[in-house]
Amino acid sequence: MAVKVIIPTPLRPYTSKKESVELQAATVSEALASLTTLFGELKKHLYSDDGKLRSFVNVYVNDEDIRYLRGDQTPLREGDILSIVPSIAGGTQN
Amino acid sequence: MATNTRISNLPESANANATLSKEEVMRYSRHLIMPEVGMDGQLKLKQAKVLCIGTGGLGAPLGLYLAAAGVGRIGLVDFDSVDLTNLQRQILFGTSDIGRPKIEAAADRLRYLNPDIQIDQFETRLTSENALDILKNYDMVVDGTDNFPTRYLVNDACVILGKSNVYGSIFRFEGQITIFGAPGGPCYRCLYPEPPPPGLVPSCAEGGVLGVLPGIVGAIQAAETLKLIIGKGEPLIGRLLLFDALAMRFRELKLRKNPECPVCGEHPTITKLIDYAEFCGVRGEEAANPAQNTVPEIAPRELKARLDRGDDLFVLDVREPHEYQICNLGGHLIPLGELSRRVHELDSSREIVAHCRSGKRSAEAVEFLRSAGFRKVLNLKGGILAWSDEVDASVPKY
Repeated sequence: MAVKVIIPTPLRPYTSKKESVELQAATVSEALASLTTLFGELKKHLYSDDGKLRSFVNVYVNDEDIRYLRGDQTPLREGDILSIVPSIAGGTQN
Repeated sequence: MATNTRISNLPESANANATLSKEEVMRYSRHLIMPEVGMDGQLKLKQAKVLCIGTGGLGAPLGLYLAAAGVGRIGLVDFDSVDLTNLQRQILFGTSDIGRPKIEAAADRLRYLNPDIQIDQFETRLTSENALDILKNYDMVVDGTDNFPTRYLVNDACVILGKSNVYGSIFRFEGQITIFGAPGGPCYRCLYPEPPPPGLVPSCAEGGVLGVLPGIVGAIQAAETLKLIIGKGEPLIGRLLLFDALAMRFRELKLRKNPECPVCGEHPTITKLIDYAEFCGVRGEEAANPAQNTVPEIAPRELKARLDRGDDLFVLDVREPHEYQICNLGGHLIPLGELSRRVHELDSSREIVAHCRSGKRSAEAVEFLRSAGFRKVLNLKGGILAWSDEVDASVPKY
């Protein structure tokens, strides 16, 4: 299935500044694997050392959080839009 | 003093504040003639108590619009002072406010805009010790501080006290807005159970922010606050609004209450406020950036003396090209992110001094180069900022 992954601003430095990436994938897991193969540096920002999706990064298929679908096994349909939504904080930490 | 003119049919004894003066009717006339606000909504605004945490980029439009709209009591929390870098986006302040406590400058500005409302000033950092005491006197909270420790603190305090928390966050060109802690609605921990480790996500001070972005996001927070008070429209509860100013596009995602949430779930494990600095891992710079304290360093004055003496030193600048354009020390530019694949450009037999803006990224570069077999690599202590302070004041700081 051809799907589109929307890359959030904080992760664009690791995707050659691309705002979105089109790729072929049948599940969320496949889409993220193919994304991190394309952009190796992205991997440590999406996954912790034990291979789990980081807890400050959420993934949505269209407007639904994959935690309330079938997680990374959520199937994808042609034209689906995947959004990676990390927590952001622009203020100073003091 | 304006004389109170009764316009509503509410009984006189209902509430001493439940009337508008003649001047107030005039001031709020563009609200009063809209049925969605009307006299009823305007009186609700007058009786409302809203706590704004932070008076910076998000707090500025928020405070201004809440004050202008006639929110009767506005609490402000801030402990910072106004500096020159604030003025690019923090529109509560002017150039003559530089050096003043933000809380004073903000309260003056809001009173100047609307002398009829009450402004409470809390010149303090919000902490686990004082948060419940400060928050409990308000109907709802708007967090404009936009940093992780305060965000989790405000979230947990709002859940514990049962108050809505109108949330906004920004990064460069992108914003997130929603309402947490509303009855039956999700909280911040439902969305993100844990903060990112320090260093993985840059702040505005490192990542930059388009000045108008907090203006837009703060104004949306203000709109949601006013809607909650007057009880009209569709509040942004259970919906995460994403805004991208570069693409000029809004998107909306579903946000669900997590039954396993540690603070608002069915079996909460967090029932009182915790140590949020520790939770977010920001206990001191050393913990946040171990490399900065372990790599060999050179002080700016020593570097200057050695360069003047004609020592063979190779200056490596690991910042980004757009930073190099702001100011530079004439060093060879290889951004930190490109260092691993451009390491062949460096001669390991020469002594290398790496620098960045503040010394943080260059410490990582020094650590990387040493692990790659470079023996003579030093980090310029304090970066170009310290160079400007100690060696050459003509180098601009940013």
